[in-house]
Amino acid sequence: MQRPIVPFIKLPEGGGTPYLVGSRCKACGQVYVGTRRSCPRCYETGQMQEIRLSDRGELYLWTIVHQSAPGINVPYVAGIVDLPEGVSLRANVEGIEPKPENLRFGMPLELFFEVVRQDREGNEIVAYKFRPAAA
Amino acid sequence: MRDVYVVGVGMIKFGRYPEMDIGELGGQAVHLALKDAGLSIKDVQMVASGNLYQTNMSGQRVLKEIGMTGVPVYNVANACASGSTAFREAYFAVASGAYDIALAVGTEQMGKMGLLGAPRDPSTSPEGVLGTGLMPGVFGMAGMEHMRKYGTTIEQFAKVSVKNHKHAIYNPLSQYQVELSLEDVLNSRMVSYPNTLYMCCPTGDGAAAAIVVSPEKARQLAGGGTLIKVAASALTTDPFTPRDLALADVNTMTRNCARQAYEQAGLGPQDINSVELHDCFATAELLHYENLELCGEGEAGRLIDSGATALGGRVPVNTSGGLLSKGHPIGATGVANICEIVWQLRGQAGQRQVPNHKAGLAHTIGLGSACAIHILTK
Repeated sequence: MQRPIVPFIKLPEGGGTPYLVGSRCKACGQVYVGTRRSCPRCYETGQMQEIRLSDRGELYLWTIVHQSAPGINVPYVAGIVDLPEGVSLRANVEGIEPKPENLRFGMPLELFFEVVRQDREGNEIVAYKFRPAAA
Repeated sequence: MRDVYVVGVGMIKFGRYPEMDIGELGGQAVHLALKDAGLSIKDVQMVASGNLYQTNMSGQRVLKEIGMTGVPVYNVANACASGSTAFREAYFAVASGAYDIALAVGTEQMGKMGLLGAPRDPSTSPEGVLGTGLMPGVFGMAGMEHMRKYGTTIEQFAKVSVKNHKHAIYNPLSQYQVELSLEDVLNSRMVSYPNTLYMCCPTGDGAAAAIVVSPEKARQLAGGGTLIKVAASALTTDPFTPRDLALADVNTMTRNCARQAYEQAGLGPQDINSVELHDCFATAELLHYENLELCGEGEAGRLIDSGATALGGRVPVNTSGGLLSKGHPIGATGVANICEIVWQLRGQAGQRQVPNHKAGLAHTIGLGSACAIHILTK
């Protein structure tokens, strides 16, 4: 059994391609990660429409984490990724050595999904990650 | 609302006190503040207590140590702005006319807890899998945003740590009193790019206290001495900004808070003689130069280069050593910042004294988010 690491990863029944779920406020147009009832930007409620988020984005900011909690592999690249819908995500950026010279602001990225661990019941935990986009 | 004055402050040296609980830590700071004011715990009519990790009845634990007077106690948790939020509660208790003498106390017993918010069990957490939400990474990226927008350099961020450690040499209450060179800072181990170890504040234990009173009490207690007024008290949270839910926006709420505080005080940034701001990481201090309007947009790197924010400069920042060196026992920090501004206003800051000090600004932020600013004047 596969389970998402966060609720906004949608794993379609029957093994279709996973995707990220967002919501758009029909009143002001703002997009959010995940589902929600109300809009903290325009304060409307009951106007949220569930959408599928893009699988491409741009690296807005990055850091290389060298020290973290025990059990977390370092160093790794952590970033803030802007999606074309106008919403941003925290994410790991993989597929490159975690060195400053390999990273640039605005670099195009593509989303992928990966089983990152098993939970205590033996379920496979699925996470999203980004890597440099193929040209 | 009536004017409110600070008549007593006190803090213990920040550091490691594994044998003391927050009652003992806070009790010592309160005794120092009461002695400074010439008051007894029997005189205190209301207590506001800032603490984050042992927040349940933190103020009562202090009173159980030094005086179970039965007065109302408000326990405040607002992340790293807990102490300054408690100070603001004490301020309102007096400003409203409800009480004449109120105590703000901030405490924290952190031990060697390491990275704040680090998951105890990473196997059930998205940390390290979906980017990072831990403070070194968050403030690393906040600094990277400034680099992206304005070309700020790692050396400019590192200079903040050099400056604040140098200031701390003159502060006997600082957790660390060690002078560091730019090379020491840049060559210390990387924690989260671009913040190296010495660009991250330490964990520690500590307590600070401040007594605020009505104008009449202030005049009685001062006996013709310096009166220190709370000229502004402002508290903001993060307004909606597009990336805030992914990376906490520490800038917009600080800008909003600064505008409110300057307006309340009837002062501008050019009138401020020293600033205690929330340098939890070296990157943060440069952002707040602009957020507090100490310089123009994009000019923070040049401001640190110019020496204007060092002792002897135009507007010294973090004369106490800042969170980077004085330490950051979370709940104590906001009250400790008030202590430093009071000592500067009274001319009691020893070798780190800023001459002709007439107005000072104390700023803290708590991520998630809250920003508190107080302006004190004489």
